[in-house]
Amino acid sequence: MNKKISITIDGKEISAEEGRELLWVALENDIFIPNLCALKEKDRPSASCRLCFVEIEGFPRPVTSCTQPVTEGMVVNTRSPEVDRLVGTAFELLLSDHRLGCSKCPKNKACALQRIAKERKLKLKPKRLDKFEKDTPIDDSTDLFVLDRNRCVLCGRCIWADRHIARVGAIGFSQRGIKRKVSTFGDKLLKDSPCIECGECVEVCPVGALVFKKDYGK
Amino acid sequence: MGEKKNHAEKQYQEIKTKAEVKKPLTQDKTVVMVGTATCGKAAGAIDVRETFKEEINKRKLNAEVVEVGCIGHCYAEPLVVISKPGFPSLCYGNVDEGLSSRLVEDYLVGDDPCYEYALVALEPNEEFPTFTDFPRGMFEQKVILEQCGLIDPEQIDHYIAVDGYHALAKALDMEPKEVIEMIKESRLRGRGGAGFPTGKKWDFCCMNVQDPVRYVICNADEGDPGAFMDRSILESNPHQVIEGLIICGYAVGASQGFIYVRSEYPQAVRRIYTALEQAREKGLLGEGILNTDFSFDIEVFQGSGAFVCGEETALIHSMEGKTGMPRHRPPFPAEVGFRGKPTVINNVKTLSYIPHILNKGVEWFQSIGTPDSPGTAVFALVGKIENTGLVEVPMGTTLRTLVYDVGGGIRNEKEFKAVQIGGPSGGCLPESALDIPIDFDSLQEAGAIMGSGGLVVLDEDDCMVEIARFFLDFTQKESCGKCTFCRLGTRHMLDILMRITTGQGEKKDIEILGDLAVDIKNGSLCGLGKTAPNPVLTTLRYFMDEYEEHIQGKRCPSLMCPELINFYIVPKKCSKLCSACVGSCPVEAIYTREDGLKAIDLEKCVKCNSCPLACPPEYDAIIKVSPPERVEELEKENA
Repeated sequence: MNKKISITIDGKEISAEEGRELLWVALENDIFIPNLCALKEKDRPSASCRLCFVEIEGFPRPVTSCTQPVTEGMVVNTRSPEVDRLVGTAFELLLSDHRLGCSKCPKNKACALQRIAKERKLKLKPKRLDKFEKDTPIDDSTDLFVLDRNRCVLCGRCIWADRHIARVGAIGFSQRGIKRKVSTFGDKLLKDSPCIECGECVEVCPVGALVFKKDYGK
Repeated sequence: MGEKKNHAEKQYQEIKTKAEVKKPLTQDKTVVMVGTATCGKAAGAIDVRETFKEEINKRKLNAEVVEVGCIGHCYAEPLVVISKPGFPSLCYGNVDEGLSSRLVEDYLVGDDPCYEYALVALEPNEEFPTFTDFPRGMFEQKVILEQCGLIDPEQIDHYIAVDGYHALAKALDMEPKEVIEMIKESRLRGRGGAGFPTGKKWDFCCMNVQDPVRYVICNADEGDPGAFMDRSILESNPHQVIEGLIICGYAVGASQGFIYVRSEYPQAVRRIYTALEQAREKGLLGEGILNTDFSFDIEVFQGSGAFVCGEETALIHSMEGKTGMPRHRPPFPAEVGFRGKPTVINNVKTLSYIPHILNKGVEWFQSIGTPDSPGTAVFALVGKIENTGLVEVPMGTTLRTLVYDVGGGIRNEKEFKAVQIGGPSGGCLPESALDIPIDFDSLQEAGAIMGSGGLVVLDEDDCMVEIARFFLDFTQKESCGKCTFCRLGTRHMLDILMRITTGQGEKKDIEILGDLAVDIKNGSLCGLGKTAPNPVLTTLRYFMDEYEEHIQGKRCPSLMCPELINFYIVPKKCSKLCSACVGSCPVEAIYTREDGLKAIDLEKCVKCNSCPLACPPEYDAIIKVSPPERVEELEKENA
């Protein structure tokens, strides 16, 4: 265990383990920072959702807190006009590619996007940007859960759980750019993949992309 | 150090003495050097080479045909240099098979150098001007391009004869730390685009970690549209890069190096393999280099063409067999790189400077360029410019000098509009920015970047909104899709630009576009995303009027965006006697009117731009108009 140090987040003095990522230090002390792709158990943060920006005194511009180790005396602000602007845009970009209609979503009220919108007072609808119309078929081939890529935010948590908790390797990212998606090898249905239906991926999905069938239509 | 001294030097001198016999330009024999880099081959250099060989064999002349790389004067390819005893070495441009035969007949046999076809002489003489007698030569200063096009890249002896691998011997007689110190002192900055101090990177690689295993990688994953500096250097003088990489390996204590080169550069790949093989044979690569205890080898890794793999962390992932996607930095590769080991990644050009700095010293290097960006800059000069090609100028040269003196100005007497510098990560700079000196910091201030050296010159016929759309289309397709800003943001920017260039743009689009661009620049994970908005940001900054014309006037002032223009045949200029345009139209949209003149059926017209090109210059009757409705007014006026 590393030595304890003291940092300040939003004016609150916090004791933390030196070198830990700022995001976890904040979250464990009940200070909310938006995030989707972070997982505490991961060796290296993927830093891909671009939502966890914070401002640190002495740093020229906002940094992602999931990649920032804490150091003695660090002074952090989770909000600032610059941070809010970046988080707002990243959030709007994600929404422009996410099937909306929360009332019909099985993850309603337990969704990370809803939490972020509430905490940061953001609209759950893109304001400036057009929506990308996508209509990808839903994969409900397994008995246990449903994969709805129209709601996927590409955080990659399911893939990590599949590989490191379940140790199966049924899913991964395929394609690139705007076409990037979670997919099985050869883009087969989950039931035709090595998937063992353990449900680990569903547990870590922050949105309504992977949902247990028992929760559907609730 | 004492005992170690001069060990490698002695061994090198032995190798050099043997190599000098094979020097390309010996005085007792005629040598014909044909530029067969990819650029030369595309222009027909293979046929030229074969013609020379045939004609020389037929006449049983004492002359040798040698293949060399690219001399940089792309506008005059294929290029041939003929060096005949008693004459100055002469360079001929636009050589075809006919001219090849004639040169053999008249010059090789008959002693008439055919000056009327010569471009330039290579060394000062009484008869013919040299490079330095032309404006381009006056401003150019060749360091890493010096031997390109003058030595056979597939013969290591040619390189050794011009003092090649001497710097390696010198380095091996120094302590690794001294080599790093020297590079640090020289203030050489990375030529891959960002301009990070090379010596610092090397130092970082050795200092921070105790791990004895380290790697050095040459990044030759050149992917900018219109850029060909690295390809040309690798095809023309691969040993210079290899020498730089070995020295880098020695300095940081690596025993394994890699060259990460695009597989789309087959000739460069071949020439690298050949060069590596020859270096091993000479004892310049492999076990115990130059009889010292330093062992080092180089492997070639061929990239599969993803633009993002030029980003160093994505490059490493790709070499490790993973998807070519970047990760967050720090840790930087110099700390945690290939297979988790400290890794130096340097661009082709950066490594090419290393032998020169070791040979000629720190002071010499700093005497070129500016204090903060010493050395030269290599550009692939392309676009609407008279003399396209590969040029090397001292840092601090202004863009104006580069465009007008080195490049010979704008083609066809058109008006200059902008230079697009730094490729998809760079920006478009207008006339008012032409006096900016070319160095890393000044260009950044102007909103562009030095980049790796692509420079596209644009004229009055180029629409800046369309140019921004073109580059966004490129980066959007090349985005790996990992992070939110780049994956979705570039797509939204592209959609907005597509709306504007097709006349669907609204006033609010400009604001959204500008805001998105700033956020993508500040919020993206890697260099690709952080720089992708630059073409948009610079065109918004310098060419706002063109955006407004597209949105408010629904017209394209440069007459380039197909949706916003129409073609019109001016009856007063059209001739009854000609129907060149009719034949040129692929969709039969042009018909003959009752009075014998031609007209365009706009319903059928696909705006392919064939007819204005087909219309003979003496009539020049077909014009483009914008907005498209302007055609109706013209029809009324001319009725």
